[in-house]
Formats: sequence, C-alpha cells, structure tokens
Amino acid sequence: MNKPVIEVADATKTFMVSAGFMRGKMPLHAVNGVSVEVQQGEVLGIVGESGCGKTTLARMMLGLLDPTSGAIKVNGQPVHEVDRLEVARQLQPIFQDPYSSLNPRKSIGDIVTLPLKVQGDPDPGTWKSRAEEMMELVGLPRRVYNNYPSQLSGGQRQRVAIARALINRPQIVICDEPTSALDVSVQSQILNLLQDLRKEFGLTYIIISHNLAVVEHMATRVAVMYLGRIVEQADTESLFSSPKHPYTEALLGSVLTPEPGLGVPDTHLGAAYPNPIDPPSGCTFHPRCAKVMDRCSKQFPPIIPTKGGFVECHLYADDVKPGKVATTRRRTAAAKAKTGRAATVRKTTRKRTSASKGK
Amino acid sequence: MVERILEVERLSVDIQVPAGMLRAVQGIDFHVDRGETLCIVGESGCGKSITALSLMNLLPSSAIRSANKLELDGQDIRNLDERKMSDLRGDRIAMIFQEPMTSLNPAYTIGNQLEEAMLRHRNVSRSEARDRAVFLLEKVGITGARGRLKQYPHQLSGGLRQRVMIAMSLMCGPDLIIADEPTTALDVTIQAQILHLLADLQREFNMSLILITHDLGIVARVADRVAVMYAGEFVETGSADEVFNRPSHPYTQGLLNCIPIPGKTKRGAHLGAIPGIVPSLIGYMEGCHFASRCQFAQDDCLRGDIAFRDAAKGGHEYRCVLSPAETARNIKKASAA
Repeated sequence: MNKPVIEVADATKTFMVSAGFMRGKMPLHAVNGVSVEVQQGEVLGIVGESGCGKTTLARMMLGLLDPTSGAIKVNGQPVHEVDRLEVARQLQPIFQDPYSSLNPRKSIGDIVTLPLKVQGDPDPGTWKSRAEEMMELVGLPRRVYNNYPSQLSGGQRQRVAIARALINRPQIVICDEPTSALDVSVQSQILNLLQDLRKEFGLTYIIISHNLAVVEHMATRVAVMYLGRIVEQADTESLFSSPKHPYTEALLGSVLTPEPGLGVPDTHLGAAYPNPIDPPSGCTFHPRCAKVMDRCSKQFPPIIPTKGGFVECHLYADDVKPGKVATTRRRTAAAKAKTGRAATVRKTTRKRTSASKGK
Repeated sequence: MVERILEVERLSVDIQVPAGMLRAVQGIDFHVDRGETLCIVGESGCGKSITALSLMNLLPSSAIRSANKLELDGQDIRNLDERKMSDLRGDRIAMIFQEPMTSLNPAYTIGNQLEEAMLRHRNVSRSEARDRAVFLLEKVGITGARGRLKQYPHQLSGGLRQRVMIAMSLMCGPDLIIADEPTTALDVTIQAQILHLLADLQREFNMSLILITHDLGIVARVADRVAVMYAGEFVETGSADEVFNRPSHPYTQGLLNCIPIPGKTKRGAHLGAIPGIVPSLIGYMEGCHFASRCQFAQDDCLRGDIAFRDAAKGGHEYRCVLSPAETARNIKKASAA
C-alpha cells in the first residue's frame, strides 16, 4: 500500500454523437473529470448504472481509448505514450461475456498462448507447458488444451479468459463485469478463483460491476459513478455501512438480499436516468435526489473529503449547517418509517452495521 | 376460500433433438391461487423458461407437452386448439418476457402494440382501447402517456420498454401473469422499481403471478411460494419464509451458500460452491438428478424415483433421501470441518 499503480487525473472522454437526422453532432461526456488512484495490491470496485461511464473509464485505463483531456498513468508512465505491448504486459482485461470474448475458431491452447506470441516471448518451447500450468492454476483440466470454446461451459470459458489474462504475469487486472453472464453457482467459483489468484500473484484488481453484493465482497475500496463522474469514493467498510451520497444510498437500497419478508424496497428514484447528451444543471443527480435543495440545480457540488475518501454533494458543504443536515436526514428517515416497507429497509441497514462491527 | 387459478399435475416437456429425446421438464406439479406469487428459481438450462412457454402453449414444434392436469380457473387447457388457445393468451394469461429490447416489434408504435390485444379479445372501438392503453401507461409510471403511444420501441429506454411490456400484459385484465426474468436486463435501481410496480399492480388487480428468475434476492423479496428447479424437476417447494430460513434440499442449501450476503458473509472469504456441472437431460435418468454434484450423496440416491418428503407442515416439501434431521446433522458436520 505505498505507490499508486494507476493514476487517473481529471480524465475526460467526450464522444461526438449524432443528435438526430440532419441535426449535426452533439458532445457526450462519457467520463467527465474523473480522478482516481489505485494502490498496489488493492481491489478497486467501480459501481454505477449502465451508461455512467464505467466501461469507458476502464477502456481508457487499458489504453484502448485516448482521454480527451487529463492524464492516465500506469506505474508513473502516461498510458497513451507508452508502447501498447508494454501496457499489455502490466495490465490485462477480463471481459463480461466469455461467449463473445473468445475466438470460436481458435483452440484453447492457441487462445491462452497468444499473449506470449504477441509479446514475442523468447522461449516458444515452453509455451505449451506454461499454458498448461496456468490452466491448472485456474482450474481447467490439461486435456481441454486442444478443445474449442464451444466445447466448454460458461464457467470454463471464463477460466480460459482468466488464464489468458494472467499468462504474462501482469500486475493489474481489470475485470469488467466478470461474473454477470454466469449462473450463481459458477459465479461463486470464479470469485473464489479471483481471490486465490490475487493472493498467489499479488495482483491489483479493478472490478467493474453493477452487482453490489459482488463488489462489497471483493473490493477494498469502492468508487460510485454517476453520469461520468465519481460521486463518492470510500473504503468498502465505510461506503457500505454509512453511505454519504444520496445516490449511493439509493443504490444500496436497491440491492435485494435473499432475506424473505422484507419486500421490495422503494428507492424513491422517481425520474429515469437522464439523457447524457443533455445532463441536468448543477448536481447532475438533483432531479432524482430525495434530499434536493435549492442550490443543487444551480451549482456544481463541492468535493468534500470524508473518512477514507470523498463525496461530491452539497449536503456536506461547510455552510450547510451540520444540524440542518442531521434534521433533513432524520426527517426522511421518519417519513420512510411511516411505510412499513421502508422501515424494514432501515432494519437491514442497522443489521448490516452491527454485523460489520462484529467482525 | 382460496380460488385456484392454475393447477398443474405431472407436466412434462420432451424435445426431439439430434442426439435423442431431451427431457426438459420431467413431471412437475404446482398450483397458483388468486393473488398469489409463485417464484420458480433455478440456473440456466433447468427448464424454467420451457415450463413457462408450455403453460402458454408456445413451445417449438419439436416439443411434446404432456400433463395429467392443466387447468386454468377450472378449465382444462390441455387439448385446446390453436384458435381457442389464442383466445386465452393475452386475455386470461399474459406473459412478460425477459428482453424488452427484442420482445417488442420495432416496426409498430407502442400504441399499436398495446391496443392489439384489446381489439383482438374485446368488442371495443379503437378509441376505447387507446384510453385503456393511456390509463395503463400512466399506472406503470410513464409520463406523457398519450404522446408515447405514437413512439416506436427504439425511442424508449430499457426500463420504459419493460414498463410498456407490463402495461401490455395488463390490457385485458388477465387472471395470471407469467413473467420470465422480467428484470434481468435492467439496472439494480430500475429492477427495484419494476418489481415494486409489479407487486403494487398485482395487489390492485388481484392477479396471480408466476415469476421465473435465477436471482435468489428477487425470490426472497417477491415470492409467496417458491419452487426450486434443477435439471427438469422441482427439488424443493414451500413458502418463501420456509425455503429461505430452512432450506432442506442440498441444492437449495448450496445455492444459498454461493451468494455473498452483505453483513453475513465475511468480506473476501471463500464462498460456497457447487462442484461439477448440470447433467445432460437427454435420455432417462434414474434417481436424484443432483446426486452427481451432491456432497451428501449415497447409494440410495441413484436408485428409483426419489419421493418428496415434508420438511414442515404447510406444504414445505423437498425431494431427497435424507430426512430433515439427517440433513441438519450433515450441515453441522460440514460447517465444523
């Protein structure tokens, strides 16, 4: 936990998208001023709804997209200035869908050894044995070396993708929705494997997922993204036990844990996800926020440091009196308590807090 | 007196595939009462979607359906011809499909698609059908409903499309809605909204709901009763409370151990896993279908038909050779080891 392996400083990515027939192009700020550092050995979880820019951010870190402005450094070197092969040696992705991320016409052996070939590994004689060794590590039988992806199950294919990512011993692995295409019983196997490999190779992970239970389980630090910005970042413990940003609260409130009798929570996120081409003024979350104030639609929210991270919200600004914030929060809690359903949601939060204290 | 909307006995679906006869659904029994939610939960390929399609008689032509009893509100629907069946579809039973992106027709406006079922089943004018469509679009939380009728599916977001699908299923006020993974393609926040909406509408119109999903979180929060499906069979059925608090079949227990539960599972710890893979459903399989992956499997598991036994009074049943006491002992032993 000393030096950052990835530094993202105020990165933006703007796409020009067509606004309609004969109407020219409009800018879409997919990532809009994101700064984040990933320390050696850490697991950073990135969560947010679809379209919030999490995949764009990952692609920029991988050097697959150049940022429109800002800088992204891997081990101190700017990603888009360094040779692609050099970046690939340090940073490898695992993608969401193992059905489309493996070439159906290549055998498993070809797929796993391809990175060695691309990197011009000097010792072709050892490729096969090294690939087999790696396959064994990720729980694939050696005999599938000559098989094709179509002969494997979803979980096995994801293991192939993991073996391919790790064969060159990268430092950092970016997992974009690593388990969302898999069944629950397979998901747990892959998550266990990722944990074991992390210990074995001292890996740093960036896990992008919309499944908050998975992120809570795997990550050491979590960043919550909304409309191209990180609105809250904190260590996993603080973020899940005391979320600060109203959006984080709403996200956590939407998680359906397998506890019968609690019912479906009401997230109070009335309006739909805004159009990213024409984002709302001020705090982009204000049209959906339960604790919206006058200034939210007018000013950009300040970045407020918190225990273990930061939050981007007017609620925690200095001139909003702490007492006032407290009453707003209490009032919403009281209003929620009127409906039995919301009261149970609070009960879960409390349970969650006490359980984490017990650890 | 509860009113039984759907009663199914020994429902089987066989599908002819090049390798032989695929026994997708193997003699399942269930029923749904008015106003009740039954969740069918299982992993991909266990036969839950085929079960849904067989109730609607929408199976591919290579599939053969058989059942001892298939009654919708007391009416036998086993041997209805296609015309009679389509009188029921959309009117008495409606279905909500998984992918709102692909289940709406991109070439027609949503107004057109909403009105269609009403015009087909009821003797109403187009303007009456349109009023009903506007009423329901507003019910499912779509603003500016009248203007939306002229829009095409591609102009709507995923969450809105799924709301349109729900409104469409409600057009004729059906007795039973079958929802097949209605929120799988959606974000968590939208998922919570859609499920909330479904629950509200169900209460308001006193409908029955069969919800098919692989997500145990949804099941726990929505279901009155749960049926856990594995390899073409039900392995455990009961009230949501019973099944989640006292899971009795080793497969149900395994599934519940696989998911990290915030506040309960230790962060970063190993999750439970079910080793092995789902068996092939081609041909006849003797004994318990889960035996090859079960940590408690014994010789008896591979012989004959495993009967359901009662885990508790009130209809909590599971299909296993082990008694509840034996299972409890095994779990204690496993967690101690």
